[in-house]
Amino acid sequence: MSATHAEHAPGMPRARLARAWLRYAVEPYLYLSPALLLICFVMLIPLAIGISYAFQSINLLRPFDAGFVGLENFETLVGDGRFWTAMSNTFWWTFGSVTLQFGLGLGLALLLSTQFHGKRLVQALVFLPWAVPTFLIALTWSWLFNPVIGPLPHWAAALGLLSEPYNILGDPDTALWGPILANVWYGVPFFAITLLAALQSIPSELYEAAEIDGASRWQCFTKITLPFLGPMIAITVMLRAIWIANFADLIYVMTGGGPANSTQILATYVFTTAFRKLDFGYASAIAVALLGVLMVYAVILLVVREKLVRV
Amino acid sequence: MAALRRTPPALVAGKYAAIAAYVAFALFPLYWLLKIALTPDALIFSDGTALWPSELTLDNFRTVIFQSDFMAYFRNSVIVSLSTAAATTLIAAAAGYAFSRFAFRGKRWVVALMLLTQMFPLLMIIAPIYKLVAAIGLLNSLTSLIVVYTAFNIPFATFLMQSFFDGIPRDLEEAAMIDGCTRLQALRVVILPLTLPGLGATLGFVFTAAWSELLFALMLINSNDAMTFPVGLLTFVSKFSVDWGQMMAAGVLALVPSCLFFLFIQRYLVQGLTSGAVKG
Amino acid sequence: MAGMELRALRKSYGGLEVLHDIELSIADGEFVVLVGPSGCGKSTLLRMIAGLEPITGGEFRIGGRRMNEVPPRDRDIAMVFQSYALYPHMSVARNMGFSMEIRRRPAAEREGPVAAAARTLGLDRLLERFPKALSGGQRQRVAMGRAIVRDPQAFLFDEPLSNLDAALRVEMRLEIARLHQRLGTTTVYVTHDQVEAMTLADRIVVMNGGVIQQVGTPLELYDRPANRFVAQFIGSPTMNLLDLAADAAGLRLGNGATLPGPGSAAQLGIRPEHLELVSAEEGEIAAQAQVIERLGSDTNVFTEAEGIGLLLARVHGNVDLRPGDRVGLRLMRDRIHLFDAEGARLPTAH
Ligand SMILES: Nc1ncnc2c1ncn2[C@@H]1O[C@H](COP(=O)(O)OP(=O)(O)OP(=O)(O)O)[C@@H](O)[C@H]1O
Ligand SMILES: [Mg+2]
Repeated sequence: MSATHAEHAPGMPRARLARAWLRYAVEPYLYLSPALLLICFVMLIPLAIGISYAFQSINLLRPFDAGFVGLENFETLVGDGRFWTAMSNTFWWTFGSVTLQFGLGLGLALLLSTQFHGKRLVQALVFLPWAVPTFLIALTWSWLFNPVIGPLPHWAAALGLLSEPYNILGDPDTALWGPILANVWYGVPFFAITLLAALQSIPSELYEAAEIDGASRWQCFTKITLPFLGPMIAITVMLRAIWIANFADLIYVMTGGGPANSTQILATYVFTTAFRKLDFGYASAIAVALLGVLMVYAVILLVVREKLVRV
Repeated sequence: MAALRRTPPALVAGKYAAIAAYVAFALFPLYWLLKIALTPDALIFSDGTALWPSELTLDNFRTVIFQSDFMAYFRNSVIVSLSTAAATTLIAAAAGYAFSRFAFRGKRWVVALMLLTQMFPLLMIIAPIYKLVAAIGLLNSLTSLIVVYTAFNIPFATFLMQSFFDGIPRDLEEAAMIDGCTRLQALRVVILPLTLPGLGATLGFVFTAAWSELLFALMLINSNDAMTFPVGLLTFVSKFSVDWGQMMAAGVLALVPSCLFFLFIQRYLVQGLTSGAVKG
Repeated sequence: MAGMELRALRKSYGGLEVLHDIELSIADGEFVVLVGPSGCGKSTLLRMIAGLEPITGGEFRIGGRRMNEVPPRDRDIAMVFQSYALYPHMSVARNMGFSMEIRRRPAAEREGPVAAAARTLGLDRLLERFPKALSGGQRQRVAMGRAIVRDPQAFLFDEPLSNLDAALRVEMRLEIARLHQRLGTTTVYVTHDQVEAMTLADRIVVMNGGVIQQVGTPLELYDRPANRFVAQFIGSPTMNLLDLAADAAGLRLGNGATLPGPGSAAQLGIRPEHLELVSAEEGEIAAQAQVIERLGSDTNVFTEAEGIGLLLARVHGNVDLRPGDRVGLRLMRDRIHLFDAEGARLPTAH
């Protein structure tokens, strides 16, 4: 078995060979080149530059201070209380959002996997939030939380959750709940759609067999549905968590990180530092730290995935 | 699932209650947006938290459409989103086609590269992008937004297009080539008509993504002329946080293109996600 | 129409060579069938002929013209795919006329050939339908129609009937045979089905592991298989193989009986239909009937022969036997095949 004498095949002129080679090796890159060029110039090169910024002092408000400063930005970071607050907020923001989104999403998916009247309409309606632009979600929810025009504070007060109808976004103790709630509203359809698709991929024979074996509804759920969806659920949840940790729009629009940094997560901290203070060096250092956290998380995720796949 | 199992009536009632709760949860914020937008200014506070407005008016919409800059923002957003969607879809279709139909050296690296761009926080490049765009003098131009958004959406759109191309049997293309087509002809006459739904879906996804992008637009645009809808609305909110009715009317307008797209894309949602091809 | 020449044709994927030095000449108008076990490279060979797969080495000619680098559209061949590959967004008529549409023949000119092909295949009333509204058999016909409309230099078929049920398969087989008689177009046909191969082929090419094992008319392959692989592959039920003990005096069977023949033979092959079933006393081999399959026209008798193992005899009509009965078996002398240790055919005595 060898392909060594390919070149000596009778009557295979060089030019033709070159053309054939061109066709099979170069053609795909012809189709890929616009995509690759754009990605390189708009994403990868800026990414490299962005990482290098983390080791520089680049503040547009102090243009004469520019230059390499080594690890200075990171040293500042370690001593920066807002950074650590943002770190813990990132955790709570991600954890709270994912948990609620997933719980409600699973419930919705299970409901939608049964038959009922008007299912198509219901499905369209409950998935609608997924299509709403995020800035609009943020605005809408901050208006809903506003006691002047929004009903939520009044309802909460009526239920005894709040002592009086005030804006929870203005209270450092409760402010993070605002964006989380908005995020849940936005994210439930995503989980529901994903889980519904997964549910539909479970062969119905499995349920029929279980039913013949005398399994109850609850047993069907715990013995078939959950084990079947398990690995897929775990991976979706973990990937989604990364996405949410990076998701700054809602918080930025709803609270801008305030009051008193109580809703600042790492992603919004990056943005406000870059956008408001124009301190690109420090913003990039925070971003690199965020990337580091995410990478650690990704490694954990890969390990877990290995485990799940093996089972 | 279990067709013959009898369901206790309490459970059925519970199920419908749960469904109703989900629908209410999903629709209420949008309903409220619409309600305030339709409430006359004078009644906003007296109506307060009443569920129905006691009087309806289109004044807010009229003001927003005819007497504010929102139509300009709207137009900017439409230009940016449409151009981004068209450019991305075209470029991603070519790339997705290459992924789907060719086995070539370096393919794994290219795929890995594209996946990488989906992994790191986009905010990491907001500062470098700002400086690059400023350096070539394209701040406050829609062009810079279009280029940046196109690049951002290409990886995902490429994978989406690839999954659509993968769904078209290769035999069809080969049959066309035997019937006398060149590769490009086969693409145009046979593959393209069959990918139309896929192209539509990709176009729609990218359009919505570009339509709602806020942070890069905030960074790259600060002149009123070039503001996109999100930037304009946000600026409006922080400047004049009093005219609730108008803001919400503007919000409702921002919702329109997304909802149109959503109606169109609805039936692909579940099947599209099955192939793992759709992002949040 | 034209003949084809395959000269030392090779194909590799990366470092893996899946076709080795394929040598084959196909005469003008010939019907050649490629058979072989799954994965032996039949489709790959066919696709190289079509131009869908680049040729790694060697040379391929149609009508004397070198084709290695010629794209499929310029080879003037038609192909029927196993999946039919009908264009789902085109009507039957447009599917069939597509090759002419691509060559920019005016619509009026296209109608004639399409209608003629449709008539031949009984598709007249389906011309406006779309593929999804057709049955499997009808789709298959459209795929064939698309090929014959072209009047190409050659037809290529890749397992065209394997998605059809048994009855339709017989019907379409006849259709293809009739078509070939009428048009006389050079045809290369890939199949798994022995009956298709035997009935349709002018010549059969048996392949295994990317190597041509034998090329010959159906009866040549049946009567004189070049090696053990071909012997076992052609013919159904499969040929019986008996191990032989080397012996200067001749061929010694496992039960001690000897037959005249070259001492170098390692195995003896005999087709089930060439084993005579006789009474226990008359046979060369004593055996016990184990399973009896009555097919109506024939009966398969699976027997356990002492010192030899399982032997299958096929008898015309019915026999009065029951499992456990003792029987005798006799080898038809002029139907014996001998193979050496490597499986190559050895000359027999007669
Ligand atoms: N793209 C490819 N890359 C690597 N190996 C391949 C490729 N395509 C086919 N092969 C290998 O080439 C060999 C021949 O494949 P081919 O499809 O020609 O088999 P076949 O004889 O048509 O089988 P079947 O009867 O099952 O259709 C197989 O071993 C297959 O694994
Ligand atoms: Mg095959």
